Amino acid sequence: MRKELEKYFRANRLPHIWCPGCGHGIITGALMRAIDNLKLDKKNICIVSGIGCSSRAPGYLDFYTLHTTHGRGLAFATGIKFAKPDLKVIVVTGDGDCTAIGGNHFIHACRRNIDITTIVFNNNIYGMTSGQYSPMTPKGAYATTAPYGNIDRNFDLCKLADAAGATYVARSTVYHVPQLIKLMEKAIDHKGFSMVEVADICPTYFGRKNKLGSPVKMMEVLRDSAISIKAAEKLSKEELVGKIITGEFHNEIAPEYTEEYEKTIEKAQGGC
Amino acid sequence: MSKAKLMQGNEACVEGAIAAGMRFFAGYPITPSTEIAELSAENLPKVGGKFIQMEDEIASMGAVIGASLTGLKAMTATSGPGFSLKQENIGFASLNEVPCVVVNVQRGGPSTGLPTLPAQGEVMQARWGTHGDHPIIVISPSSVKETYEFAIRAFNLSEKYRVPCILLMDEVIAHMRERVELPDPSEIEIVNRKKPDASIEKYNPCEDYDGDGIPPMASFGDGIPFHVTGLIHDKTGFPSTKPEVTQNLIDRLMGKIENNLEDIIDYEEVLTEDAETVIVTFGSVARSALRAINLLREEGIKVGMIRLKTIWPFPEKVIQETSQRAKNIIVPEMNYGQLIDVVKAAADSKCNIVGLNKYVGELITPEEVMAKVKEVINRA
Ligand SMILES: Cc1ncc(C[n+]2csc(CCOP(=O)(O)OP(=O)(O)O)c2C)c(N)n1
Ligand code: SF4
Repeated sequence: MRKELEKYFRANRLPHIWCPGCGHGIITGALMRAIDNLKLDKKNICIVSGIGCSSRAPGYLDFYTLHTTHGRGLAFATGIKFAKPDLKVIVVTGDGDCTAIGGNHFIHACRRNIDITTIVFNNNIYGMTSGQYSPMTPKGAYATTAPYGNIDRNFDLCKLADAAGATYVARSTVYHVPQLIKLMEKAIDHKGFSMVEVADICPTYFGRKNKLGSPVKMMEVLRDSAISIKAAEKLSKEELVGKIITGEFHNEIAPEYTEEYEKTIEKAQGGC
Repeated sequence: MSKAKLMQGNEACVEGAIAAGMRFFAGYPITPSTEIAELSAENLPKVGGKFIQMEDEIASMGAVIGASLTGLKAMTATSGPGFSLKQENIGFASLNEVPCVVVNVQRGGPSTGLPTLPAQGEVMQARWGTHGDHPIIVISPSSVKETYEFAIRAFNLSEKYRVPCILLMDEVIAHMRERVELPDPSEIEIVNRKKPDASIEKYNPCEDYDGDGIPPMASFGDGIPFHVTGLIHDKTGFPSTKPEVTQNLIDRLMGKIENNLEDIIDYEEVLTEDAETVIVTFGSVARSALRAINLLREEGIKVGMIRLKTIWPFPEKVIQETSQRAKNIIVPEMNYGQLIDVVKAAADSKCNIVGLNKYVGELITPEEVMAKVKEVINRA
């Protein structure tokens, strides 16, 4: 670990529970790098998660940290941010945690444009419960609960966040760490609801079930299938199958929820 | 100075909560609790507090816990279907000792049931609705005035013991209007959670520093980073699967209630001294029981009442003592028979224990209570 990042980790809580080759550590490291680059005060940051392998990240990080119930990280985080708007609130969540059981909280947090940054660890599978399909598992992929191939259609999470009202939406991968850090920085710095989806790898379940080979091979797939928004514009729908479009999809300033409520307080107290 | 006000039970609940220091409410509308959300929306910002209507009851409970972790006194209110949805997160609050008040205005169930009509079907769910062994406090008012007082008491108990407190109301109390004498704010006893010593070197969020089973509680934003998890954890707040850690934690959590029964348990005894027949009841039904007792006494029938104000922890001792004196105990409740099982478990086996159950969305009337008392006496 880089010396300057040590202060963000709870050394006595390491080693972590993640499997060798899991992408979750890369995302967690990138997040700490982004926080460090932004020179934020550690004592002003709260990191919240739901349940899953990815949601274990806060336990290793030396901030105010809250490991909630499955899918509900954003609901708890909304309470924290609304009650104490001065805190920087970051939610880390898995694709299952965020888009299945937590899907309702996710769209409503987007809609409110409350100043919370959500980092989605999208490994396209339920890791913690050993490999069932999630709403982000591609059609045709295999999972323990899709032994004949998944027939569910998956979400495009960036489109979903955008449509639901999130004001900062971006995607990167665990292979493209410098870009990932940059996008995380912008998301954390953004006033309003921001979401960074990270294409991640779970070699233990998604990789094995889909015969994708070693973690290195899976990283190579990410390297080869990632394509920028600009480049994607030139491709047909068919050509885009299997591609991961990365970059910044949406960046807009709009009224933020907790600031709007301050106006409500003024009105209620007889101000104009 | 005190002031008198004509109000509804749900309104008294909000007035009491704000007087107790509530500064955060998250909820989702549901009859017959909705006025609590509406009045919180109106009145909280006036005192600089926050109201948010969440996307559902699960989210409301989560937001309440989040807000309480930052140090605000937080409440949510709901009814049957919403109370079911809140359960998982109520368990999170109980395990993590996050003070919060959950109002459940009972209506007819199961399922969507009888949305506008009264019931008392959540005696057991209020205690055991969330999974696993856990501590919880449940108190139940019988009047509008008591709803005001119990809203304050709910916050005080919750803050003092760091336990979620359920304010178990019913539709009758929620929508009834009564004149309430509101005390002067300076006369209201307010309890706040204890905070860690500012000079503390290394804060363990779950350490029993004072030996009373209640760890001091820091808030997110106070300057001391700490971890909160729904996993079983040791005194540092971090997960552990060691049997002795689990044992210590669960024993300490349960001990917060078990070692403070006298402080938490509250009930009213009406004419029980010479009573051969004692009615054990709570909530709106206690009003019918009281009327019945007065009429029966005029006929010379020796009947009295124990009105439970605290339902959980269950006031076993008074039931046991009473059952040794009285011939009969009658338990009227607006459900198929829930409280009666706990009464039976606590009572002397020689005492005749009889239920009076009504689960059709109507309050048990004084006449029905009187008829039951006479039936029981004549049968003996
Ligand atoms: C209410 C509830 N339902 C189900 C579970 C079981 N469960 C734990 S983690 C998980 C899925 C996690 O998957 P994801 O969010 O994608 O995270 P990952 O483990 O892949 O990082 C499930 C279904 C639970 N803990 N709580
Ligand atoms: S199961 Fe998958 S997601 Fe979970 S730690 Fe292992 S590799 Fe990572």
